[in-house]
Parts: sequence; structure tokens; C-alpha cells
Amino acid sequence: MLKNYFKIAIAVLRRRKFFTFISLFGISFTLTILIVLAAFINNIARSAYPDKKRDRSLYVMLMDQRSEKNGRNSGPPSFYFLDHYVGSMKTPEKISIASMFNATNTYINNKKLVINVKYTNDAFWDVMEFDFVEGKPYITQQIKNADKVTVITRDTRDSYFGEGVSAVGKYIETDNETYRVIGVVEDVPVTMLYAYGDMYLPYTLSKRDYLSKELNSNYTAVLLAKSAADLDQMKSEYQDVVSKVPVKGKEFDKLYSHADTYVASYTRILLGDGMESGIGKMFLILSLVAFLFMLLPTINLVNINTSRIMERSSEIGVRKAFGASSGTLVLQFITENIILTFLGGIIGLLLSWGIIFYINQSNLIPNIHLTIDFGVVFLGVLCCLVFGFLSGVYPAWRMSRLHVVTALKAN
Amino acid sequence: MITLRNIEKVYRTDTVQTQALNQVNLDIEKKEFVSIMGPSGCGKSTLLNIMGLLDNPTSGLVTISDKNTTKLNDKELARFRNKQIGFIFQSYHLINDLNVIDNVELPLLYRSTSAKQRRDLAKSALEKVGLSNRLRHFPSQLSGGQKQRVAIARAIVGNPEIILADEPTGNLDSAMGNEIMNILLQLNNTEDTTIVMVTHDESMAKKTHRLIRLFDGSQVQ
Repeated sequence: MLKNYFKIAIAVLRRRKFFTFISLFGISFTLTILIVLAAFINNIARSAYPDKKRDRSLYVMLMDQRSEKNGRNSGPPSFYFLDHYVGSMKTPEKISIASMFNATNTYINNKKLVINVKYTNDAFWDVMEFDFVEGKPYITQQIKNADKVTVITRDTRDSYFGEGVSAVGKYIETDNETYRVIGVVEDVPVTMLYAYGDMYLPYTLSKRDYLSKELNSNYTAVLLAKSAADLDQMKSEYQDVVSKVPVKGKEFDKLYSHADTYVASYTRILLGDGMESGIGKMFLILSLVAFLFMLLPTINLVNINTSRIMERSSEIGVRKAFGASSGTLVLQFITENIILTFLGGIIGLLLSWGIIFYINQSNLIPNIHLTIDFGVVFLGVLCCLVFGFLSGVYPAWRMSRLHVVTALKAN
Repeated sequence: MITLRNIEKVYRTDTVQTQALNQVNLDIEKKEFVSIMGPSGCGKSTLLNIMGLLDNPTSGLVTISDKNTTKLNDKELARFRNKQIGFIFQSYHLINDLNVIDNVELPLLYRSTSAKQRRDLAKSALEKVGLSNRLRHFPSQLSGGQKQRVAIARAIVGNPEIILADEPTGNLDSAMGNEIMNILLQLNNTEDTTIVMVTHDESMAKKTHRLIRLFDGSQVQ
């Protein structure tokens, strides 16, 4: 029976090449977008170089100060807050503090080179697991002394000193300051905000006053627990710390800051507020987007399939006359549709693979490495089945209601 | 074999009511070969569709093989047709996307028959109509006569007791028509199949056991 359905499905697809193309294009294109999007989300969410200990880390990127009178001041916290208050926490094994990246300019052979600089503490090198191509990170003493030392990425080295040329011990100049290179690390994609930079410097070299007692500035922190089991305790200790920050008599009287899991630290900024992490909203929005995206080719398929019913009325009539019940025919049409969407799914997967391969190879987004994992493939297959089912049900139902005599006469 | 009692069929639209069949009473015996004739629009095909359980009468009783079919639901009707009745249509109604043997196998798909059994039965049916050398051809590669022979093979593959043929020679020239008629006569003779055939061709009708004439929905002979 299935073989027969398969034969018919393939024959119908071959007979109506244009419709087949439109259907397959709709399915595969949608699926490709969803899979590439999922690969991006996956890339952002999963543990990856150099932030490899995400399962036992909490992230701080937001300090939200509010008052009824003065409104709201929301942004990354200050070094002072992270060092003075958060630094006193007992649960974390290490606390990495690093600034957001700042763009600086340098010129080599009259050509401008933008170098994104990140200021960090020494724990940054312990929390993040950088691969050193050469040299080593700066240590506590060098930070205390405000030594003008730097760790740069392989890309920066290659652009500044020449491809593959050793840089340790040499000097690099940017924004009219000169630093001695003490280490070269493998590149980090810009999507890894907590770790990304082209050049890493001790925070004591920051031109911003890192001793300022303002609570907002441009720093982030990663709190590394001894084990994943300590995360809840670390979260609540962080809340304790935040609640003890004095706000009375200051410009703002309410303070919100959270130590979040990696994804939640982003969703809190994009979709959350003082208390909500926004992760639920994010899932809702992503699901809605995916649903709407899937709905378009589904409606397209429903239309195409419905218009094909009259074209196949003779077949419907014959099958009914020779003993097919309405239920059997519904099953046949749904099966055919699932075969069609499955083909679309395979094309979609191949296209996704091609696009992801292109993104990885072309350096379109520097240093990013997207992958299609089994979860994403499973999602793709599931989408196909849902597509096939949804777009087949209504036309199949209409077709099954076609009266056998009418169906035979219509030919 | 087939008993029709007080069969009426009325087609109604918002403005018009058409009486397609009016108090038709018929008894067709087992192994009988009956032809139905009459002018266009007199209700021949409607009568055949009602006998084949493809259409419901507005009123009246249809009994086939001693079974009252009035109260059968969609699924039961489908099963009953599958077991008892084979159809032959004027315009063949072969599925163009399937080759000859797959077309012939079609009624067996709706039974619990293994793939091998289906293939064997389809081959044997095609042998009976003299088309065992065209198994892999598609309908578009066949002549009208060959198509109708495939349609006959499809009608007999499930070994039904009744074959209903709606103008089976209507689209064929006389030579081809005779060929098809001979196959039907042979089926009736050797397999004891009951056949009811609608035709416009007096000479074909004369070859059958009995002729029923319809006029304006009523039986006149």
C-alpha cells in the first residue's frame, strides 16, 4: 500500500513540475531559515571556546537602577560594584570581570585597523579557557603594577605583525598607547560577548576610572561555581549582595541585578525587566516566529493540494468505486503530502548544511563556527511531519467528501 | 443476485426537480448478462450507479446477494463494493500515473492481500484479457482497446460476482468494441460472472441474455 502511495506521490510530483517546485521551494526555504536560525541560537547558547564551563557559570551583564523621581538607569555594572560587592561572595570559585569591548583604531602601512579592546581581571583567564598560540596571560602583579602588557588574538597578530609572525615580546600600538604583547590566543567570535575581544588588557589600564563608585559602567562578570549544584546557592548569594548595596539618599532607590544563566543574561536585557529574566518570553516569541514561518508554506501547500483535488477526481472516484473508504483516501493524501514535505525537508537540510558551511568558510561572521546538531535535525524532521500533516489534512478531508459519481463525471 | 424495488431517483436544485428514475423494479439473476438501453439522459447510468452502490436512490430498496444495502455506512459500502462488484467505465478511468499492473492491482490494495498475491492475481487477470505483455506500460502508451482491457482486468482481479459496465465499447471502433464484448461474454460464460452493461449499441445488446429499455427514468421493456 505504502509503495503504491509512494509511486503515486512521485508521479504526481513529476507531472506537475512547477507546482512541485513551488511546494518544495516553500518547504525547503522555510526549513533552511529555521535550521540556520536554530544553529545560530545553538551557537550562542551552548558552551564553546573559550567559555567552556557554562554549566557551572552565572553571568552578570545588567545593573538596573530605578527611582520614581529620576526614572531609570540601566546598563552594565561598574568594575567597582563587581569587584567590591560581588567580589566578596563566598560561593564562586572564581569571578571573572571584563569590560564590554571598545573599538580602538590603529594604522599599519597607512591602513586603518580597528582593534576591539577588552579590559579584564586575572580571573578572566581562569574562568575562560583560552587556547594560547604563544605566550601566556597577564598575572595579578602585572595588573596591580598597571604594566602595559596585552594578550592579543591570532587575527590581530596576523593583521598587525604579519601572518604567522611571532608577536610575544613585541609592541603593539593602538589609540596612541603602546603595549607589550605577552600572549596570543585563538580568535573568539563576536557572538561570545563575555569573552570577545581582539586585544585584552589589565583593567588597571582602562581610561575609564575603574575606581569610580558609580554602580553602572561597562563591565560584565562571570561567576564560576565549584559545581553545577552550587548555581542556586550562588544566585541567592548574589541577590543577598545586591540587596545590601546602599541606595538610600542616592539618585536611585531601587536596584535590580541578577546572576543569570548564559541565555537568561541576554534575554533579561532584551525582554526582561527588574525581576523577570525574559526567557519565557523569548521561547514564546521564537515559537511564534517559527510557527508563522511554518504557516506560510503550509497555507501554500493547502491551496495547491486543494486545487489538485479536481485534477485527481477520476483517481478518487476509481479508488472509491473499487473499495477505498473516505478514511483510506485521507490517509493516502496525507501520506503523499508527508512524502512531499519530507523531500522538501531533505532539500532544506542540504541547503542548511550548504549555507552553514558557507558561513563557516567565508568568515562572514568572523570566527563563528555553526554546526547542525542532532537536535536541530530532529527539529527539522519534526517540522516536516507537522508541515505534511497540517497541509494534507484539510485537502484530504475535502477530497474524501467528494461524491464518487461526481468525482468520476468531473474527468 | 441484484434486486431493485421501487427505485426512485430525484435530483433537486433550488429551482428545478428532475426525476431521473421512476419506480424501477428489476431482478437480475446470478450468471445473467443483462444490457440496459435507452436514449441519452433516460437514467441508464444513474440506474447502474445505484446498482453499484456508488449512488443512493431517493427511495426504494437495493438488495445484492441477498443483502439489503440501504443501511450500510460509507466504510461498509466500500468493503461491499470491493468484494462483490467490479466496474468498467466508458472512459476507462485508469490512473495515468500508475503502470498497467499497478492499475490492475488497485482493488486488491483495499483487501488484506500480500504484495506477491496481488502481483500474481493481477498478472493472471491481465492474461485473461490478453495483455500479459504490457505489464510495465503506462495508460498513455496504450490504445483505447488496450486501455479498456486493462480496465476489465482491474474489474475482474478481485473475482467479483458482479460486473457493471457503463458503455464499455462507447469510445471504441467496432472491431475493438467486438473484442471487448467477446471478453465480457467469455467472462460471463466461463467465470459465471453476472454482468450488467449499459450500451447504446443495439448489436452489442443483442449478444446479451436480456435487454432492459429505459425511457424518461421508467422501465419500458
